[in-house]
Amino acid sequence: MANNTLWHEFKKGLWQDIPPFRLVLGTCPTLAVTNSVINGIAMGMATLFVLLCANITVSAIRKIVPGQVRIAAYVVLIALYVTVADMFLAAMFPPISKALGPYVPLIVVNCIILARAEGFAQKNPIMPSVMDALGIGIGFTLSLAVMGLIREIFGFGSILDIKILGDWFEPWIVMILPAGAFFVFGFLVALVNYLSIKQKGKKTETVCH
Amino acid sequence: MKLILIFISASLINNFVLTYFLGICPFLGVSNKTEDALNMGLATTFVMTLTAAVTWPIYTYILVKFNVPFLSYVAFIIAIAALVQFVEMYIRKSSPTIYRAMGIYLPLITTNCAVLGLALFMVLREYNYIESIIFGFATGVGFTLAMLMMSGIREELEFADVPEVFQGVSITLIIAGMMALAFMGFAGLIRG
Repeated sequence: MANNTLWHEFKKGLWQDIPPFRLVLGTCPTLAVTNSVINGIAMGMATLFVLLCANITVSAIRKIVPGQVRIAAYVVLIALYVTVADMFLAAMFPPISKALGPYVPLIVVNCIILARAEGFAQKNPIMPSVMDALGIGIGFTLSLAVMGLIREIFGFGSILDIKILGDWFEPWIVMILPAGAFFVFGFLVALVNYLSIKQKGKKTETVCH
Repeated sequence: MKLILIFISASLINNFVLTYFLGICPFLGVSNKTEDALNMGLATTFVMTLTAAVTWPIYTYILVKFNVPFLSYVAFIIAIAALVQFVEMYIRKSSPTIYRAMGIYLPLITTNCAVLGLALFMVLREYNYIESIIFGFATGVGFTLAMLMMSGIREELEFADVPEVFQGVSITLIIAGMMALAFMGFAGLIRG
């Protein structure tokens, strides 16, 4: 029984609550770094790391932190973990760190992390919080990878820098420009809506401010 | 001359919302009505200008001087949160009218990535103090502009017959894409 609930916490991040498309959270990195698959995956992994650490810590200290200062405490914690992730990327994968630029530090204000800390980890013990973080984090990484895949195929005719479309293919420059990110994201949200309507007859969507 | 270039560049050519995707959350969330969009834009512009004015000295005179620039993310986010809190307290005391118009948006601004992004870009591009303040103000103007245009289009959209799956966030994102295409037209403004 306990295993079932844990599995449910994990699974819901993959489809039912998949972050960018269903919850419309964390839209800035989703749009900004997905001009190739590898950037999307790197960004997703960095977010997953921060989300996991933040959820564990918030869950562990949930009974100690007074209610009035909890948001401030969470933000400082998240900022610390983001600093760690940023320095790790800069030391181990300099080209990726360069490509992601200021979007790694911007994980601090990624609503997904604060929303999970506030909405889940502060009410639940450590184990469910870990599963929640893994589910949402992997869901987020997959979403970014899909966005990156579509934009890389049409924008460069390649996947992971390996050319798959021949010389006959004229790259769609718009796909790697900012406008392409908005279009791809818009159509993917519509696709998820379509699938939900087919599945359950209704669409679920909330916007983070 | 450089200040004018920074202003045009930050507000039109490299518009934060449409080219760097910063501040998308309020852009999608608060752009239903033109009046709300304008108030949100003004509040954000105000906070952005102050943020640039406050974080630049913190970075240059504290973090760099004591050789701890790696603490900049923590320092910036605390500075922004504290700043927003003070602005809210000051406005509530000094002008209830403005507070009623802008008050509810102020807490949201703390988690607006455009504000933190502004502080990060300012450091990355090594602007001096005056340039940073102009940059902060111009970014706010660009944000307000994008918000206003978006809310205008969305008000018209209420009467349009949008297919069900595209309603809501989806159509808003596609419109934003078209706006981003239009804003690319400004790219030739400076070099040309």
